[in-house]
Amino acid sequence: MSKELLFKYVLTLGDDALILGQRLSQWVYKGPFLEEDIALSNISLDMFGRANLFLEYAASLKGSTTTADDLAFKRNEREFSNHILCEQPNGNFANTMARQFFLDAFYKLFFEKLAESEDEQLSAIAQKSIKETTYHFRHSSKWVIRLGDGTAESHEKMQSAIDDLWMFSDELFEMNEVDNNMLTQKIGVDCLTIKAKWDQIIDEVLSEATLKRPENIHMTSGGREGIHTEHLGHLLSDMQYLQRAYPGAEW
Amino acid sequence: MSNNNLPTWEVFIQPKTGASFEHAGNVHASDKEMALQNARELYTRRQEGTCIWVVKTEDIVSSNPEDQQSFFDPADDKLYRYPTFFKVSKKAKGL
Repeated sequence: MSKELLFKYVLTLGDDALILGQRLSQWVYKGPFLEEDIALSNISLDMFGRANLFLEYAASLKGSTTTADDLAFKRNEREFSNHILCEQPNGNFANTMARQFFLDAFYKLFFEKLAESEDEQLSAIAQKSIKETTYHFRHSSKWVIRLGDGTAESHEKMQSAIDDLWMFSDELFEMNEVDNNMLTQKIGVDCLTIKAKWDQIIDEVLSEATLKRPENIHMTSGGREGIHTEHLGHLLSDMQYLQRAYPGAEW
Repeated sequence: MSNNNLPTWEVFIQPKTGASFEHAGNVHASDKEMALQNARELYTRRQEGTCIWVVKTEDIVSSNPEDQQSFFDPADDKLYRYPTFFKVSKKAKGL
């Protein structure tokens, strides 16, 4: 039973990285200019690397012949448990940076805690991820500031992006049955305790960016239970096409 | 945004601690932080360095190619500027 819960916990971490990585990869060759195109591709690759570590661990917990690829390419939308913020479309560049900024700030805090996990595997992946996430946060937060405190047009677009994605931010801190069980076993992270710090980081950056923190926004969630926005299905049909059309195809 | 609007920056990488910085290439960027990040993305993907310098291309002062003769040719008949010009005494040890 406990192994099943750990599997679910690790799977969510893998799904977050996989779906976000896939989203970022959709910027390849479409970046606003060459250098930023490469920056987004690099971050996308970091996410795929992280997804691979988590999904391989999840596959080993599942046992039998399950592989990380099976988990990535042969599950349906309802079986994915990523946060719905990760699957939101790239939109314009400000939308992508707002999504990344919220998630990077969260993961910076999350992985610091996960590094203290009593599960050695999770602790090791977290320690590796902290270095990457520190850089990702630097990249996305500077863009939020640059665009927020930029021209009238960039300010307006950045504010709209923050407002539009705010409704998905609360889900990052929700604790379900799996999370609470993992926390009791000193394996998982108490997301409620990192919320205050996340708020502080977000407020500092928004203030420097001359942007307003959204208020009275109706929050939505459900990704952890497989209830996603309509965008995930489209993303998966693209990502999983090859394995669905040619099952078992290999390089 | 088009990169035509962005100034270019010259990138210098220090391969290892204590070594001289070497010119690696250039990047487009609107400010110092972006220049540093773009340099990191383009030139240190394979652990090429331990430190990065970026400097605005327009801030670099270069000698003019047409000044080449007046700048550099006067040195061509001054062999005594090379250490090999001088005979080393056989008595000198530890050189």
